Amino acid sequence: MADHVSNERRRQAIYGWILLSPAAILLATFAFYPSLATLWSSLFSRGTRRRPSEFVGGENYSDLFADPVFWKVVTNNLIYAGATIPISIAIALGMALWANSKLPARGFIRTAYFTPTVLPMIAAANLWLFFYTPGLGVLDQIGGLFGLPSVNWLGQPETALWAVIIVTIWKEAGFFMIFYLAALQTIPEDLKEAADIEGASRWTYTRRIVLPLLMPTTLFIAVNALINSVKLIDHLFILTKGGPNDASKLILYYIWEMAFAFFDAPHAAAMTILVLVVLGVVAAVKFTILDKRTHYQ
Amino acid sequence: MSRLSRHFEALGALLLAVIWISPLVFAFWAAFHSTSDAVNFNLTSPWTLDNFRTAWEGAPWLRYFLNTFVLVTVILIGQFVVTTLAGFAFAQVRFPGRDVLFILVLMQLFILPEVLIVENYAMVSRLGLFDSILGVGMPYMASAFGIFLMRQAFKGVPIELHEAARVEGCGWFGILWRVYVPLARPTYLAYALVSVSTHWNNFLWPLIVTNSPDTRPLTVGLSIFGAPENGVDISVISAATMMTVAPLLIAFLVFQRQFVQAFLRAGIK
Repeated sequence: MADHVSNERRRQAIYGWILLSPAAILLATFAFYPSLATLWSSLFSRGTRRRPSEFVGGENYSDLFADPVFWKVVTNNLIYAGATIPISIAIALGMALWANSKLPARGFIRTAYFTPTVLPMIAAANLWLFFYTPGLGVLDQIGGLFGLPSVNWLGQPETALWAVIIVTIWKEAGFFMIFYLAALQTIPEDLKEAADIEGASRWTYTRRIVLPLLMPTTLFIAVNALINSVKLIDHLFILTKGGPNDASKLILYYIWEMAFAFFDAPHAAAMTILVLVVLGVVAAVKFTILDKRTHYQ
Repeated sequence: MSRLSRHFEALGALLLAVIWISPLVFAFWAAFHSTSDAVNFNLTSPWTLDNFRTAWEGAPWLRYFLNTFVLVTVILIGQFVVTTLAGFAFAQVRFPGRDVLFILVLMQLFILPEVLIVENYAMVSRLGLFDSILGVGMPYMASAFGIFLMRQAFKGVPIELHEAARVEGCGWFGILWRVYVPLARPTYLAYALVSVSTHWNNFLWPLIVTNSPDTRPLTVGLSIFGAPENGVDISVISAATMMTVAPLLIAFLVFQRQFVQAFLRAGIK
C-alpha cells in the first residue's frame, strides 16, 4: 500500500514537471536568464573595436547617477506616475459609477469611455497629434475662438510632458473602469435598500458603502497603473520623441534610446536593473502587505 | 433638488463621453476630407476617399495586416498550449517544488518583457529569430497572467468530474482535454480577446525585433508611415490610422458585450 502511494506520488511529480516544462523553458529563456544577463552586462564596460569590454563593477551605475539626463528622466517618470495613476483611477471610478447607474444613453456612454482601450497607443498618438499640432490643431482652433494665442503643446518643455500624460490617462481610464464596473455589480442590492431605509443620501451611500467595498479593486488597479507608468511609452515615439530637451523623456524610452540609438548596452542594462529593483519592491509590497490586508484570492 | 442633480449628472456623464470619443471622431472626419477642409473645420465640405487612396499606396499595408494577423494567431496558440498545461499542473497536480515555481511565475508579472528589451533582443538574435514573427511572439507565450488565469479556472472544476473521468479510464491528458478544457471555455474566450487586443496594439518590442516589411506589424508600419520626415499630411495620417484600427474597432463595436464581459472575467477578482 505504501509502495503504491509513493509510486503515485512519483508519477504525479513527473506529470507535473512535464506539464510545466514548456512554460518553465520559455520563462527561463525570456524572463529569468535575461534578467541575470542584464545584471551581468551592467557590470561591464562597453566594448569598442580598440578596447574590448572589461569588468568595471558599479561604474555604469555611478555614470548614470552623475548623468543629469538620467535624473531628468527619473523626475519625468515620477511626475508621469504621480499624475496618471491617481487621475486615471479617479476618472475610471466616476465613469464606472455613471456607466452603472440608470442614466439615459448609457450604452453610448459606456462605449465612448471604453473605446480608447482597444486602440493601439501608436494610433492614439496619431489621433492626438491632430489635437496638439500648433496652428492647425483642434486645441489651437478652439483656443482661437476665444482669442487665445497659438500654443505649441508638444514643442515646449513646459507642456510636452503633460500633453503625453493626457494621452495616457485618456487611454487607460476606460480600461480601469471595467474593473470597477465588475466590482460594482457584485455589491448586493440589499445594501442600497438598507441605506435607503436608513435615509442615507446617495452621496453617503457611495462614500460609506461603495468606496470601501471597492478598495481591493482600487489596489489592483493602482498596481496595474503603476506598471503602466513604466510600460506605456509608445506614444512618445510619435508625439515628442522625448523632447524638447528631454522634457518628456521617460525611463523605458531612455533605455530604448541608449541601447538601440546610441548602442550603449551596458548603461541601458544598468538602467534596466534599477527599474527591475523598483518593480521588485512593488511586487514584494503587493504580495506581502496588500494581499494580506485585503482578503481576495 | 435631487432631480436637478440627477440631470446634472447625466449631462456630466454625456459630456465626458463626448470628450472621450472626440479624438476618434475628429480623426474619422479628417480622414474623409481634404487636408485644408479638415484643418479649417469646413463642415459643409465634400467627403472624399482620396486620403485612403494616398495612404494605401504609401506602404505595404496588406502585408502589415497579414503580419499582425499571423503574429496574434501565433501568440494566441502558443499561449493556449503553454498556459493550459502549466495552469493545469499548478491547479491539479501535486509535486515537490510547485509552490516555489508558482511564486517564480508570479514574479514574471513584474519582470515586464518590455523592460528586458536589451537582453531579449540578444536572446532572440542568438536563437536566429531576429526579424521573424516567431521572434516577436515567443517572449509572450509563457504569460504569467495567462497561467494564473487558467489555474483559477481549473481550480473551479468540481473534483467529482475529474474522478469520474478517471474511473472511466481517462489518463491525465485525457482528463485535461475532455473535462477541464471544455469547462474553461469562457475563460479561454476572455483570455483570447485580451491577448489579441494586446498584441494587435503592441509596438516597442516588434519595433526592435522586426527589420523588414515582411515581418513588420501594423503598429510599426503605421509609426514609420507617419514619421515627420516622410512629410505626410494630417488627413492622410488620419486615414492610415483609421485603416489600421478598423478591424479591431469594428469587432469591438459588434461584439461589445462579449468584449466587456471578457475583460471583466479576465480582471482577476
